Amino acid sequence: MANEGSEGTTENCVFLCHSLALLCGRRKWSGMTRPRTLYEKIWDAHVVEQRPDGTALIFIDRHLVHEVTSPQAFAGLRASGRTVRRPDLTLAVPDHNVQTTARLDAAGNKLPIADPESAAQLAALEKNAPEYGIRYIDAVAPEQGIVHVVGPEQGFSLPGTTIVCGDSHTACHGGIGALAFGIGTSEVEHVLATQTLLLQPAKTMEVRVEGDVGPGVSAKDIILHITGVIGAAGGTGHVIEYTGSAIRALSVEGRLTVSNMAIEGGARAGLIAPDETTFAYIRGRPYAPKGADWDAAVAWWKSLATDPGATYDKVVIIDAADIAPSVTWGTSPEDVVPITGLVPDPESFTDPSKQAAAAKSLAYMGLEPGMRMQDVPVENIFIGSCTNSRIEDLRAAAAVIKGRRKAANVRWAIVVPGSGLVKAQAEAEGLDRIFTDAGLEWREPGCSACLAMNPDKVPAGERCASTSNRNFVGRQGPGSRTHLVSPAMAAAAAVTGKLTDVRELLA
Amino acid sequence: MKRLENVEGRAIPLGLKNVDTDVIIPAHWLKTTSREGMGRGAFETLRADPDNLFDSAEYKGAPILIAGDNFGCGSSREHAAWAIGDLGIRVVIAPSYSDIFSGNAVKNGILPVVLPQAAIDRLMEVAKTDPVHVDLDTQTVTTPFQDRFTFEIDPFRKMCLLEGLDEISLTEKSDAAIAAYEQKLDADHPWLRPAA
Repeated sequence: MANEGSEGTTENCVFLCHSLALLCGRRKWSGMTRPRTLYEKIWDAHVVEQRPDGTALIFIDRHLVHEVTSPQAFAGLRASGRTVRRPDLTLAVPDHNVQTTARLDAAGNKLPIADPESAAQLAALEKNAPEYGIRYIDAVAPEQGIVHVVGPEQGFSLPGTTIVCGDSHTACHGGIGALAFGIGTSEVEHVLATQTLLLQPAKTMEVRVEGDVGPGVSAKDIILHITGVIGAAGGTGHVIEYTGSAIRALSVEGRLTVSNMAIEGGARAGLIAPDETTFAYIRGRPYAPKGADWDAAVAWWKSLATDPGATYDKVVIIDAADIAPSVTWGTSPEDVVPITGLVPDPESFTDPSKQAAAAKSLAYMGLEPGMRMQDVPVENIFIGSCTNSRIEDLRAAAAVIKGRRKAANVRWAIVVPGSGLVKAQAEAEGLDRIFTDAGLEWREPGCSACLAMNPDKVPAGERCASTSNRNFVGRQGPGSRTHLVSPAMAAAAAVTGKLTDVRELLA
Repeated sequence: MKRLENVEGRAIPLGLKNVDTDVIIPAHWLKTTSREGMGRGAFETLRADPDNLFDSAEYKGAPILIAGDNFGCGSSREHAAWAIGDLGIRVVIAPSYSDIFSGNAVKNGILPVVLPQAAIDRLMEVAKTDPVHVDLDTQTVTTPFQDRFTFEIDPFRKMCLLEGLDEISLTEKSDAAIAAYEQKLDADHPWLRPAA
């Protein structure tokens, strides 16, 4: 590309900036300040020690802990005689194993967990957290909920911070502009002991969604569509920053939904630049900065936005008008079609390994190529998970359900709020009655049927229209068949008994 | 952590792409407070088939696994690495991995080798009948048929695997730097300490 003409098109400008970045080395810009992305600014602010091999010791501002991936980490600490370096930056809450039926009896006593293994994991967290001086939200506390709902809701998760948790959907907190990512149990132990992680910087990727989405299209549809476009490994090795007018127009709840599923596109973390919408959401939350601290924090958060002229290693541009209410047909979250679409023919994929995977998926899902997605009946409905269990999600589902009844063929339909506070808010708005009047069950908060570690499971061979994030083989129970959808689409499926274009019910 | 240098033996030619960690170890196996014995649940859905590779006379206990793109995607559960390790697998060979899985693997003495699809296709062929040799020091995968594929690996990860290092002990050597960072953080961003 020649740099001819005096006007300098946007393309030329991008090209020049990129060349300069390459010439100067991505992190070795000497003298002047190189334009940086949001990711690079957060990374730079957290480097404790730069190593010659390119890795850096990164400080972790917030560590969220749940019962499934932490027991072995605490056991490791105990075996090595180590302590938790910064219990004040750590928050523990049980969510994966908790039952979503009543947790207290009429007298206010805790009801036992039926599964002894689940009970043992919950008991381990209940013991480990106080023993190491870690803030602990009990299973029956009013604030209890899914760790990724609780963090932002409590103002514990903040923009510009590094947040980790032994859970891949930690990517969720990127919705408020935090560099947040899932870690394994060895890393949980490492963070408990040192409050740092040794990391290799990620590559950067921009996914820009420009324009307005149509009616009936939600944040979930945006991220399902993106995952279909970039593929399940499209973001591997990258941190994705979601930009563009369609992203900026989203509420914080919607942004959390989008960033939550960055991992489904292979990116360990997603990011959305914090703005006035973010600040208005965080202000006044229990652990959020207050008074003069608040003003200082907001000033710093504002400085984090990607600089004009900063470049990404990869850019994907999506027209919001192309996004329809979406649904998955297969067993990878990249298997996305518009609800008006058809089950694809495996032969239609060019990649031979994708052909094989698609054929296997269709056999598992019990679908035939060419079937209309709208003709697929569903017996189960799950509205919940860290992707879609915030108040806005429940409002969207209730708006579709209101005045309608659950279809006769829908055997099981549960609504699981993301936290006790979401539950209380929904009840104050009367949403629980809308669901129960329609024949859906109103449950206690937790991860529930997203991964079926508690008793909430989809039976083998049955389908579920689910607002969760993964349609993997056996994810919602052995043999379960998952179709990922938005809350409004799950509600539509609940009343018609089949996958349905919610726009028909909104009309 | 177990040291790893040379691994030679049969390689399980799985070959599938997007093998997620729910497939490697389903969620109901995560209800444990121990790292041991995860091999019983490893690849449970695939092993429900009586003709599966993992339990066949030929591949049972094989130290190498060959897979397709994006191996270990999905959940961050380290149980996936524990399960693979408990099966006796020390090396996975695939065109790409999820970032979280490859980190978890190394921390458990399992080497994730990245090779292009053409090399994977060739190794899948060899694995049907013959053993495969992986040498971490020289970063090569070789076969009895004179195939020789070299792979890249992050030097820090390589050192950790070769020496069986405990990463926490290494980081503790930077204790002064961490303390200095914490002090600066309290001065620059006092609001970062969660309000009570």
